[in-house]
Amino acid sequence: MILEGRQLSIGYPDRVVGAGLNVKVGKGEVLALLGPNGGGKTTLLKTLLGLLAPKAGEVRLDGAALSSRSVRERARLIACVPQTHVATFAFSVETVVLMGRTAHGDLFSRPTSKDRMVAAAMLDRLGIAQLAQRPYTMISGGERQLVLLARALAQEPQFIVLDEPTANLDFGNQGKVMREIRGLASSGLGVLFTTHDPNHALRAADRAYLLRGGERLAEGPVSEILTREWLEALYGAPVQMIVAKAGTAFIPG
Amino acid sequence: MNNARSAVPGLAIAIAVLIAGLLLALTVGRYPVGLGDLISVLYAKVVGHRADVPPAVESVILQVRGPRVIAAMLVGAALAVAGTAFQGLFRNPLVSPDILGASSGAALGAVVGIYLSLGVFAIQTVAFVGGLIAVGIVYVIGASVRSRDPILVLVLTGVVVGSLFGAGVGLVKYLADPYNQLPAMTFWLLGSLSATGVNDLFPLFGPVAVGAAVLVALRWRMNVMSLPEEEARALGVATGPLRIAIVAAATLVTSASVATAGIIGWVGLVVPHLARSLVGPDFARLLPAAAILGGGYLLLIDTLARTMAQVEIPLGILTAVIGTPFFIWLLASVQKNWS
Repeated sequence: MILEGRQLSIGYPDRVVGAGLNVKVGKGEVLALLGPNGGGKTTLLKTLLGLLAPKAGEVRLDGAALSSRSVRERARLIACVPQTHVATFAFSVETVVLMGRTAHGDLFSRPTSKDRMVAAAMLDRLGIAQLAQRPYTMISGGERQLVLLARALAQEPQFIVLDEPTANLDFGNQGKVMREIRGLASSGLGVLFTTHDPNHALRAADRAYLLRGGERLAEGPVSEILTREWLEALYGAPVQMIVAKAGTAFIPG
Repeated sequence: MNNARSAVPGLAIAIAVLIAGLLLALTVGRYPVGLGDLISVLYAKVVGHRADVPPAVESVILQVRGPRVIAAMLVGAALAVAGTAFQGLFRNPLVSPDILGASSGAALGAVVGIYLSLGVFAIQTVAFVGGLIAVGIVYVIGASVRSRDPILVLVLTGVVVGSLFGAGVGLVKYLADPYNQLPAMTFWLLGSLSATGVNDLFPLFGPVAVGAAVLVALRWRMNVMSLPEEEARALGVATGPLRIAIVAAATLVTSASVATAGIIGWVGLVVPHLARSLVGPDFARLLPAAAILGGGYLLLIDTLARTMAQVEIPLGILTAVIGTPFFIWLLASVQKNWS
């Protein structure tokens, strides 16, 4: 099963953000989307999720156009982890994760005992089962990111799309989220995430897609694409590469 | 305060408020009725024979206070349920059921009805239809304006259309006969249940029951609808049609209660918040708790309105006197409670 954007023009009713984009994520694979602010990363994510209609081209999933599926069918195939935000109402963490089960029930249904088991299992998988009864508004930003990830997992999707999963997280939690992303791919999910940190892409992704000014700059395996030359071209700024026995790291120069 | 284990005491408090409201409303007043008499009249009514009390007592309980008590419960519950739904839909704990213009539309309908010297039932019908029309206009305009934030457009349209209808109310009042019509309009606009009889109950009960049933059936989706628009869609909810269903149901409920009781502000703002602090934000528990608490709350207010002075005090004035300090407290503590 492949999630694929073909010759996509992306944007909003009043403006085009990017054009001629071809993106492909397979199951068990992690694709990192990198690029400067305003380059179209979030717009591309929304288009691939079906939240925004492409202005040209089409998004295909499992050989069929995404637009031919209902909102509910889509949610059972692709889950989204948005950037963490402050919630209006103090739902319990368990309720937030149960919301991930919505697409598995019909219009009037309430979470079933099976839904509760799935939600509990996902909280357990991410090591945050002890948060279940806490209000979502009263936990830390890192915990909230993990709760949103648990909610996406509770959708039991084939693909997970994460919008800057490490933004607003402390150093330790950034590492934890990167490890979880790797874990998702080894359990067979296709993963697409955006990031501002090439080191995160280097560590968690198989392939990288460099997006600048709404156009594809380069795409390929992280070992070939995440180089000093490409990153300098991507961000229009000097980049230092540090190579050590433990691995490679980039710092903005 | 927010987990499943604490929902039961919260619901018990709401039920206690309702029972206290019922007992007070049926016994207190210009013609006080003892608790024993009340119980024997209600018991006799249930088993179907005559009670062993003076006929006047039975008449006060069943004919005079009974319909008014039922109307107060229904109106209070309706406003609270509609407020709960709108607060979730607009992701803002400070909105009230008239946010989309239901009250101002109903007000214009009612004053036009009074101006045209229509009968009581016709005035209620015009008010009911006025509320539906106002929200319909707001929704059509809101939906046809292209925006990335449809919720914000809807709220702003509601404010604008509401003030236009308010201007219409002002015009009709200005044109009205100052001796006969103007007092009736003023009285209606301030809200009252004093004229409520048995015949008013069915036109109130029907729309309230239908609207509330729709909202209760959608309770889980309403949780998801209180998330940002795109998040709700990514979770598999068709937000557009669902928003229409929730707005329609809440408007039906609001318009029916405004048509019966006039404009009673604050209940739909204050009660959902109180209910949320009792049972948490999950709509499955919040909707019933808000309905029960809203019924009890308006019963207490209405009892106060008819007993605290020689003349009846309009409900809208009492709810505002209680609601304003509450709202200020809410604003001051909102940071602590929601973020």
